[in-house]
Amino acid sequence: MATQTQIEVVMPQMGVSVSEGTIIKWLKSEGQAVQADEPLLEISTDKVDTEVPCPADGVLDRIVKLEGETIAVGTTIALVATTSAALASPAEPEPEPEPEPESIAIGNGAPTSPEPVGAQPDNAAGRAFVSPVVARIAAEHSVDLERVAGSGNDGRVTKKDILAHIAEANETEASAPDVEGASETVAAAFQPASKVSSAPSGDRLEPMSQMRRSIAEHMRRSLDTAAHATTVFEVDMSRVVAIRTRLKPEFLERHGVRLTYLSFVSRAALEALRNWPWLNAEIRGDEIVTHSYINLCVAVAVDGGKGLVVPAIRNAEGLNLLGMARAIQDVGDRARSKRLAPEDVQGGTFTITNPGGHGSIVGTPIINQPQVAILDTEALVKRPVVVSDDKGVDAISVRPIMNLCLSFDHRLIDGAYAVQFMAEVRDSLESWGEERY
Amino acid sequence: MPEKTYLQAISDGLRQEMRRDERVFVLGEDVGVYGGAFKLTVGFLEEFGPWRVIDTPLSEIAIVGSATGTALMGLRPVAELQFADFISCAWDQVVTVAAKQHYRAGTSVPLVLRLPSGGGFSGGPFHSQSPESSFTHVPGLKVVCPATPHDAKGLLATAIEDPNPVLYFEHKHLYRRIKAEVPDERYTIPFGKARIHRAGGDVTVVTWGAMVYTAAEAAGELSAEGVSVEIVDLRTLQPWDKQAVLESVAKTSKLLILHEDTRTSGFGAEIAAQVVEDAFEHLDAPIRRIAAPDTPIPFSPVLEKAYIPQVEDVAVALRELAAY
Repeated sequence: MATQTQIEVVMPQMGVSVSEGTIIKWLKSEGQAVQADEPLLEISTDKVDTEVPCPADGVLDRIVKLEGETIAVGTTIALVATTSAALASPAEPEPEPEPEPESIAIGNGAPTSPEPVGAQPDNAAGRAFVSPVVARIAAEHSVDLERVAGSGNDGRVTKKDILAHIAEANETEASAPDVEGASETVAAAFQPASKVSSAPSGDRLEPMSQMRRSIAEHMRRSLDTAAHATTVFEVDMSRVVAIRTRLKPEFLERHGVRLTYLSFVSRAALEALRNWPWLNAEIRGDEIVTHSYINLCVAVAVDGGKGLVVPAIRNAEGLNLLGMARAIQDVGDRARSKRLAPEDVQGGTFTITNPGGHGSIVGTPIINQPQVAILDTEALVKRPVVVSDDKGVDAISVRPIMNLCLSFDHRLIDGAYAVQFMAEVRDSLESWGEERY
Repeated sequence: MPEKTYLQAISDGLRQEMRRDERVFVLGEDVGVYGGAFKLTVGFLEEFGPWRVIDTPLSEIAIVGSATGTALMGLRPVAELQFADFISCAWDQVVTVAAKQHYRAGTSVPLVLRLPSGGGFSGGPFHSQSPESSFTHVPGLKVVCPATPHDAKGLLATAIEDPNPVLYFEHKHLYRRIKAEVPDERYTIPFGKARIHRAGGDVTVVTWGAMVYTAAEAAGELSAEGVSVEIVDLRTLQPWDKQAVLESVAKTSKLLILHEDTRTSGFGAEIAAQVVEDAFEHLDAPIRRIAAPDTPIPFSPVLEKAYIPQVEDVAVALRELAAY
């Protein structure tokens, strides 16, 4: 058995397509004893939060990645010492003053010289070598090294010199608390700096939830990535309304499934995607990847509208109306009760969002990367519309109209392609047959 | 508490383990009738009989191979190689078989190799080496290098208890030269826990084995000159106590690494690299290494003295670091 003293904790692969995760919260601190399988930290990948268990008994030796950092899968995020060989080390190195290159001597040219590499005083500035520890202390205490008397080789300022200088300065200022700070202790030296934030009165300050940060990052990245364009179609939902009214009680009683308009729109969209495959695709570098399957993402509002998750229904192309309604209900329920697994929010190929419930009639949704299109179903509104009978006579009729909006990535999808897809969705919904499930 | 030599401490510890656990047995060249090349197992054959004190042919690979096999079958072999130098003959069994067995098959190999190592008495190039660094580079092995009689006994008990192959390097030059109090009762000392041999604040020396005493003598000289030296005795190299080293370096900001093994790729290089990685901003001077030169160990007493780091070499380096 190997006798490693340190075990690396890496960002886990939470499902095949996830490439990175974000650290929400460290549940353990450096130096703390930990046990195998004990939760070490909380991470967020895409929109699912989970805990990372400790790989072994030991001590959390070092936290390599801090809260809020997003890290590629497989990257070391912490070290667990399986023996007592734990050490908390500085999380972030302090910025150091630039060393004076000309003042760093390179020895006497003999590579085997036992002499330590020393400083040489004979440069114009007369400044000598600054060691790492002196550079750090000078930066932490804003000390101008020019003003410190050096007692080391060639007048170099040693650690003792600078500590004495700081202690003396503090004494003259009679600011006792800082004298302590000047003394080098292991504990102080290895503690990461804490973050302090404050808000002006009248404003409430709260940290972004991990979900919020994920959404923020994702939305921004999508707008930075895709060339967004949106097209809006009016759809006469008369037939769908009639069929839904008839099937709804039956679905509920026999299957316990709520039959929503979203199920109809989803079915229509999936059928149309077969003819317009580039809308079920992604751009990967210089290549277009077209999927033979459709993993349909459905946006679900959670946390009273303060959050959003977008679970995917796998192989949705194989679902009939009942299956679709059931699947939508299932992912919605699980999203709201936070029971989604990481794989539930991965691998989506096309997204439908449904903000119409509150009366919205037009939207310009942002594409769910790396997809290239998102379909938005708006409110069903009764409107007076001009209809023509089979003799070509126009009349005004009251019809249930729904606007469907499609945002597409104009890098891949041209307008003509997008609107032909939308026309097919519209025609499919307007001509929904009695026996079509 | 009785005073015991380093050798007596190991001998008593081994006897205690054999009395305590009948799975423990010894094997090696001349360990039985003769009582071992250094007379460490004198009286063992009489007490434990020929099934637990086994004289082997002169073949290190056979010794380590048999020990590995019996360890796999549930025994707790303590194999003695007459000189640590000859572990090279058993490299294949140690590195290919024993070290990897648990990884490959999940079976433990509770094997201890007792390896008399080190120079200082004109043993020449085949009987004086300190090959511990090589084995710290082999995942699956533990490497132990006690410096004191107390540690020698406690670490041997831990080594025998450990389910992994443990290379227990006992320094020959300490055998009868070093004497200290050792408890009669059984005790263990954990692996990976350094011992502060001498506390100080100006310069840190990290070392192990016989060099602990060389460092201590030099530190005594420096103390008279007003320089306070801290000596960290690692005790085990695999695992090794990074925390103790880093804490000492954080305190003194100056580090000298001292070992009897040769310089290039010696374990001192690993320590230096680790300190630079984890404690760069605590350093107030370049890290120094004192080690044997990259040559075989000379037989000539004069040359051997030039080869093995001496008190004066250490004192000079400490003075330079203190003044840096």
